[in-house]
Amino acid sequence: MNIHEYQGKEILRNYGVAVPNGKVAFSVEEAVEAAKELGTDVCVVKAQIHAGGRGKAGGVKVAKNIDEVRTYAEEILGKTLVTHQTGPEGKEVKRLLIEEGCDIQKEYYIGLVLDRATSQVVLMASEEGGTEIEEVAEATPEKIFKEYIDPVTGLMPYQARRVAFNINIPAKLVNKAVKFMMGLYTVFIEKDAAIAEINPLVVTGDGDVMALDAKINFDSNALYRHKDIMEYRDLEEEDPKEIEASKYDLSYISLDGNIGCMVNGAGLAMATMDIIKHYGGDPANFLDVGGGATAEKVTEAFKIILSDKNVKGIFVNIFGGIMKCDIIASGVVEAAKQVGLSVPLVVRLEGTNVDLGKKILNESDIKIVSAESMADGAQKIVELVSK
Amino acid sequence: MSVFVNKDTKVIVQGITGSTALFHTKQMLEYGTKIVGGVTPGKGGTEVEGVPVFNTVEEAVKATGANASVIYVPAPFAADAIIEAADAEIDLVICITEHIPVLDMVKVKRYLQDKKTRLIGPNCPGVISPDECKIGIMPGYIHTKGHVGVVSRSGTLTYEAVHQLSQAGIGQTSAVGIGGDPVNGTDFIDVLKAFNEDPETKAVIMIGEIGGTAEEEAAEWVKANMTKPVVGFIGGRTAPPGKRMGHAGAIISGGKGTADEKIRVMNECGIKVAETPSVMGETLIEVIKEKGIYEECKTH
Repeated sequence: MNIHEYQGKEILRNYGVAVPNGKVAFSVEEAVEAAKELGTDVCVVKAQIHAGGRGKAGGVKVAKNIDEVRTYAEEILGKTLVTHQTGPEGKEVKRLLIEEGCDIQKEYYIGLVLDRATSQVVLMASEEGGTEIEEVAEATPEKIFKEYIDPVTGLMPYQARRVAFNINIPAKLVNKAVKFMMGLYTVFIEKDAAIAEINPLVVTGDGDVMALDAKINFDSNALYRHKDIMEYRDLEEEDPKEIEASKYDLSYISLDGNIGCMVNGAGLAMATMDIIKHYGGDPANFLDVGGGATAEKVTEAFKIILSDKNVKGIFVNIFGGIMKCDIIASGVVEAAKQVGLSVPLVVRLEGTNVDLGKKILNESDIKIVSAESMADGAQKIVELVSK
Repeated sequence: MSVFVNKDTKVIVQGITGSTALFHTKQMLEYGTKIVGGVTPGKGGTEVEGVPVFNTVEEAVKATGANASVIYVPAPFAADAIIEAADAEIDLVICITEHIPVLDMVKVKRYLQDKKTRLIGPNCPGVISPDECKIGIMPGYIHTKGHVGVVSRSGTLTYEAVHQLSQAGIGQTSAVGIGGDPVNGTDFIDVLKAFNEDPETKAVIMIGEIGGTAEEEAAEWVKANMTKPVVGFIGGRTAPPGKRMGHAGAIISGGKGTADEKIRVMNECGIKVAETPSVMGETLIEVIKEKGIYEECKTH
């Protein structure tokens, strides 16, 4: 789960990790109020959207007085920012972070992420702050330093120290940098983060070491034990169909095509998209109904697929294991009854309780084209949709 | 022969009284798997499906001599269940549960470092050695005994590959689902090693997907060590970057973990990659014909 920068900074602040003072604003008036309360000469007006690259897109402005805060807030609020992470449609700005300006001496990069190869959390750091870490890794890999963290001990101060020296934090500020990294690691572990990226981490003229930006993502599998983090969820930043799907524990991702897919298992769902594309079609979504789905969930999944106006046909591809074919069949029949099926439907069933599933479909009066294999099904739906 | 599980494997089911576990316990028993016990704290002394239930794994192992465990407990309790099984010195733990927090698995993996237990999964379909032992959730009837090993990150794609093989008259030694999570127990290389050492296995299908670099590392290992032909498939060629495709591990991040890159490395290492998921079986058959071992692999 993604959260906004200001929310990430709020969490860091609660853990004693240094961040600039700042306030969130939902309107121009609130932005002006926030700037007055901060009372600093210089304020930064920052667009809050769930995507990086805001600065380049004009979503971050430095204001030298209250009038400028007002001007910039008016300019940015409601604006649609297009960055390399938003896609061409961009994202509308509905929240601002009003933050005190600071005297930046130098920018660094600090990040915590899971390293899959070693099954450990790794601390990454570089003195090339402000640039994306992937770019640094590409251009100057020798400038990235890594510390692998043993889950038994957690991040050790010597590791943080080594990193601080390696990235040339001024000697006088190394202890502050260590405190910062230790705090960040605590947040990562205690809140089940998936990524905690501070880019840039800055050293200021006043001798502070703090997070100028904060990108924290959370492991959605662990949210059940973090009610506080759940409260940060901003539904306006998510696709409405994906929100609806998540209510029913369905794994759904919107895509641009016109063939709706309902599949069990993530691997098969991806492969189904691939094979539709292979035969010249375009998938409208990724949808894994999962193993524990009930007929009711399948019905909801079907409704979500049909709520996408681009969908011109549906391909149901099920290989039952933990998921039983009869449950899928009942769900499909129920959904077709409830919403009225107006597009072609191709169904391929195989696996656990397949005969029972086929029987349920055959005995219903919905028009179903049955497929013998996934290739057969993909070809049939591509053909039906292109008619 | 087979890998990891066979007709002598004695299995306990952790979380046996849950509805999913009950359904699959019944299916495993019908398949002929030796389910010798189950564990549900607080239900010790009862019996389900004719199987005795115990309060702890330790008790279950003492009473039954089980050497394998299959875990169906809900995600919040799954890490605890794996560690409990390892502490009871069970040789093989197969964790079916999905959605386990990844930091729980980081701890589990560290705990298992100096234990003798092999973990398969989590978020996997399990392991089957046809006609001998089925541990997990895969539909048994699609499998036939034979000479091809199957290893996969995806459950349903494993079924797909097995089904294609069986329909073409090619049986399997074992099918191993290693699971779709970013941190798992047994990896591709562990399973490939086991298949390489198993005299009955003549060829292998390896099914991967986007995210991470496990397929690339496995391909390099195959190039350096494998004496048997390996064919592959990678799911997620059309997946958009930055989105988690259902499996926690299936994500292209920072330009890394794409299907094209995996396919490129696999091809370079001599692994023929199936163009679509519906020709995984055909691709294997082409390769074993080229190698002149088709007749040996043909089982029915």
